[in-house]
Amino acid sequence: MTFDAVSLVLLTVISAATPLLFAALGELVVEKSGVLNLGVEGMMIVGAVAAFAVASGTGSGSLGVAAGAVAGAALAFIFGVLTLTLAANQVATGLALTIFGLGLSSLIGAGYVGIPVPPLAKLAVPGISDLPLVGPLLFGHDALVYLSIVAVIAVAWFLKKSRAGMILRAVGESDISAHSIGYDVIAVRYRAVLFGGAMAGLGGAFLSLSYTPLWAEGMTAGRGWIALALVVFASWRPWRLLAGAYLFGGVTIAQLYTQSAGGLGIPAQVMSMLPYLATILVLTIIAAGPWKGRLNAPACLGKPFRPST
Amino acid sequence: MSPKAPLFKIEPRREVSRGLLYATPLLAVALTVVAGFFIFLAMGYDPFLALYHFFVSPLLTVYGWSELMVKGAPLIMIGVGLAVGFRANVWNIGAEGQLTMGAVAGGAVALAFWGEETALTLPLMCLAGIAGGMAYAAIPAFLKTRFGVNEILTSLMLTYVATLFLSTLVYGPLKDPLGFNFPQSRMFGDAALLPILAGGTRLHLGTFIALAIAVAGWVLMTFTIVGFQVRVLGQAPQAARFAGFSGPRLVWLVLLLSGGLAGLAGLFEVAGPIGQLVPQISPGYGFTAIIVAFLGRLHPLGIILSGLLMALSYIGGETAQVEVGLPQAVTGVFQGLLLFFLLASDFLVRYRLRLRGAVAVQPQAAE
Amino acid sequence: MTELQTIPARLEVNGVSKRFPGVLANDKVDFAVAPGEIHALLGENGAGKSTLVKIIYGVLHPDEGSLSWNGEEVSVADPHAARALGIGMVFQHFSLFEAMTVLENVALGMDKPGDMAALARRVREVSEAYGLPLDPDRDVYTLSVGERQRIEIVRCLLQNPKLLIMDEPTSVLTPQEVERLFETLRQLASEGVSILYISHKLAEIKALCDRATILRGGRVVAACDPKAETAKSMAQMMIGAELKTVTRRAGGDLGEARLVVEGLSLASEEVHGTDLKNVSFAVRAGEVFGIAGVAGNGQNELLAALSGERLGDHETVVRIDGAPVGRRDAGARRRQGLCAVPEERNGHAAVPGMTLVENAVLSGHHRMGLVSSLFIRAAAAGRFAGEIVKAFDVRTPGTGAAAGSLSGGNLQKFIVGREILQNPTVLVVSQPTWGVDAGAAATIHQALADLATEGVAVVVISQDLDELLAITDRLAVINVGVLSSAMVTKEASVEEIGLLMGGVHGLDATAEGEEEVHVA
Repeated sequence: MTFDAVSLVLLTVISAATPLLFAALGELVVEKSGVLNLGVEGMMIVGAVAAFAVASGTGSGSLGVAAGAVAGAALAFIFGVLTLTLAANQVATGLALTIFGLGLSSLIGAGYVGIPVPPLAKLAVPGISDLPLVGPLLFGHDALVYLSIVAVIAVAWFLKKSRAGMILRAVGESDISAHSIGYDVIAVRYRAVLFGGAMAGLGGAFLSLSYTPLWAEGMTAGRGWIALALVVFASWRPWRLLAGAYLFGGVTIAQLYTQSAGGLGIPAQVMSMLPYLATILVLTIIAAGPWKGRLNAPACLGKPFRPST
Repeated sequence: MSPKAPLFKIEPRREVSRGLLYATPLLAVALTVVAGFFIFLAMGYDPFLALYHFFVSPLLTVYGWSELMVKGAPLIMIGVGLAVGFRANVWNIGAEGQLTMGAVAGGAVALAFWGEETALTLPLMCLAGIAGGMAYAAIPAFLKTRFGVNEILTSLMLTYVATLFLSTLVYGPLKDPLGFNFPQSRMFGDAALLPILAGGTRLHLGTFIALAIAVAGWVLMTFTIVGFQVRVLGQAPQAARFAGFSGPRLVWLVLLLSGGLAGLAGLFEVAGPIGQLVPQISPGYGFTAIIVAFLGRLHPLGIILSGLLMALSYIGGETAQVEVGLPQAVTGVFQGLLLFFLLASDFLVRYRLRLRGAVAVQPQAAE
Repeated sequence: MTELQTIPARLEVNGVSKRFPGVLANDKVDFAVAPGEIHALLGENGAGKSTLVKIIYGVLHPDEGSLSWNGEEVSVADPHAARALGIGMVFQHFSLFEAMTVLENVALGMDKPGDMAALARRVREVSEAYGLPLDPDRDVYTLSVGERQRIEIVRCLLQNPKLLIMDEPTSVLTPQEVERLFETLRQLASEGVSILYISHKLAEIKALCDRATILRGGRVVAACDPKAETAKSMAQMMIGAELKTVTRRAGGDLGEARLVVEGLSLASEEVHGTDLKNVSFAVRAGEVFGIAGVAGNGQNELLAALSGERLGDHETVVRIDGAPVGRRDAGARRRQGLCAVPEERNGHAAVPGMTLVENAVLSGHHRMGLVSSLFIRAAAAGRFAGEIVKAFDVRTPGTGAAAGSLSGGNLQKFIVGREILQNPTVLVVSQPTWGVDAGAAATIHQALADLATEGVAVVVISQDLDELLAITDRLAVINVGVLSSAMVTKEASVEEIGLLMGGVHGLDATAEGEEEVHVA
């Protein structure tokens, strides 16, 4: 394989990994605050359709991306009201969010099937492309890819070094303790949930504006769920999440390439099962491994909390 | 932080309110209809007409009612199975995949006997359907009990795999040799189809079996020690162990039960309304059944009602599409909204709102 | 903030009331704490002490009444405001974050922690100045309960508190650790810090406090100088009645060993739990055997291993009346005659959302014949639940009430009664009177004593040493999963037990983690 071919493959791997990275990074922060939002798939696909609709309506990719993030956050807000304010079951609410999101997206998207969308390249952040080291790395990507990496760095720093990040971890570790020493558990969790929604929306926006780029019903195809699995795989650590997302991007692309290369006589559908089977395998390895118990899972994950005053 | 005393004081109830527990689903339905009114209005449809075609006109004909039963049957069967699991805090959300695998297994039996069906073919297909669904649910059960892998993610991932597997078969080995290369199997022989109960409708034997299953589920959950164990496990896993109930065995039980019922529901679809294997067997019954289970308050008899209601949302969606040109996707939005409203109204079951007195509680904030 | 010269009370509580659903936790409470005073807030479980201090610290808000700080009326909106005034609090169930470091835990409890490196230095300085050594970089889950409490204290001290609230601080400490804590508190008081000391332990209050305010049923019922009172007189003020003492029919001969535990080792399932290491002991018919120890030293694991919730390696590690049951589950052991009462009532010994009848079926169906061919015999279950309620004076509207709607003491009576009425041959009870009012505690203690008199082997696992000294015949101490050899209770010295509780080597006993903190 030539150097160009290799870099082409890597490019597609990065492209396949980026939506997962956005969605999973958002969910990581949400889970660190002690909330389990299973609605990533729903927020992602609503982000995808909102981004597509706005981008094709206004002709601006950037506005589309912003719309994706806002739409994801809007759905997350519904989740927040139900689980945080009304202390509803997080698992059930997450499922509802996904069902609702899938329905809403196909309702909104009905008029957008098969129409083109302006390329996302316009989104290039001025100045950054000219930087000596970062510039070449950015070659061939949209700014969103770059943003996803920056987001990993930012989230890693936020959780480890910042006071707000420390409070967020504390809230996820023991809501009762955090409340009794004076932190507003619900407010912290709202912020995390909204961030998670915006990130899932960004992941969706990248899918519909850059990865495909077109709108198709159900186009997230389980990526939101894979993102959830990635958070477990990464044991709630941002850098491992980066690795995991690229690993899954690799699996997706490997599967596509094998299919296009004649599929080694294996039916295309069987190859398409790979990412899902890989997810199950990875979850099993993580759960069965000797590192069990050192998984870094937030102690309050998924537990509803209502402060008494 | 300035604690402005809110108008209401929220107090947890010492016991959940039974009356509200069963009344809130009705509230949720009412709120969904109201929300639907505004959604239709915003989309530029006549809301009264749209709602009429969505919720009322399907119920004006005998055929409409029979279709309600036909579409309600799989929802009820799967919903009952899932509800038992949810009671145990086991979140099988891959019923759609188990349904598919049941249909594949049972359909394969039908095709194996094609042209040579006997009276035993249909019962054998049913057994194969149950076994197919159970076997598929056994995967998350094994991974959960053996390694502690979360069943939510595994059962869901397997749904995608099942759909692809079915597609492999109908595009490949099970494709009808005389079918002009369409991705579908042969039509099943007559003896491999569920008997129709009323002429001019699609009402098949499976619909009544679904009702019987719901009643059996109610007996299981209410009167037997097995149902008791399931409920204890779900509410307090430590207490289950303290009582000597085996958690892993119950996890297996509820997953096999829900998988088997989903598999049977899948078989009923292909041996009933569809009559062959096609790439898509269900319009998302496995997922909708999750809503059915919650809306029926995880109570098998409640699930009969909620199953029929959700069936109405499918039929109403189709009717409204034909009559008013409403997009089909509205059904999904409605289902999601309904679950939102239900979860929100749950708050009233567990908490009490009290109007605050006029007494100012915090006159000034320190610092 | 300027100190006023007229020396008003550091803190004054005026007519504070607080209502929760179904209970008036505080009813027009008044009292005051002077600068430099160690003031006891005394009352039994459920008297409203914790609610009151949470109001002072701003975690809860009063429905009525007000607080004054150095003579000025203030409103404490939240704990930040409390800390800004100079109020520090050490919680009964610590407000700590197990997976985080000591330093992070300290910083989280401060409003302006500043630079982390500088804070780490100050943690070392302050902790050493008060004899509370702490390593800022350790993860909290690696620390013993006593060390964890130091974090809370140091966290307060770093903010130069004027009032330090200690909520039941000694319930998790060894006697030696208690003594060291008292020295620290006296030192602080001599520096002018007021201390509000919440406890129901009379001896401690006599030893430490200058004044005491006594709460009962949410109301102030008395104020006194503890040094001028006897423990008995304070107990009567606290309980409002004569203390009942446990009567034991004078010692008949002990019978054969009914419960034998031999070489029991078990890895904990909890992430930060304690493994059991080669635990052996035997309990004879008619004997009450105590297991003392600081929380988190393997008590929960031991209870699970005895009840059958966890299985041992071999059939022979647990024997009931000679029958090996080490690999049998809880149901099988019950049928063999071993009943158990775990420490946690809600969600372990009982299902809070289920009715008393259902909770009677929970553990009773094995021995009471409540199930026939898979179906629950509803009438028989109802009768059994009714018997428990009657025999143990459980206050409830009926057996159809949810277990979670009962008060702690009533639910505990129901649970203990449920096991006792099954006529066990061996009964294992953990923390039988934890969070239970004095009346219920006396009932339970008497029931255990009567059970032993009837020839049952009774095992009591408790962190309350006084309780064990009062009701057991022999006792052993568990520390980091190792059980000491047994001693006859009457001949045991508190000092020796205390040393064993601290791991003999005393100071650096590391109790690996504690069960999840549960807050009422």
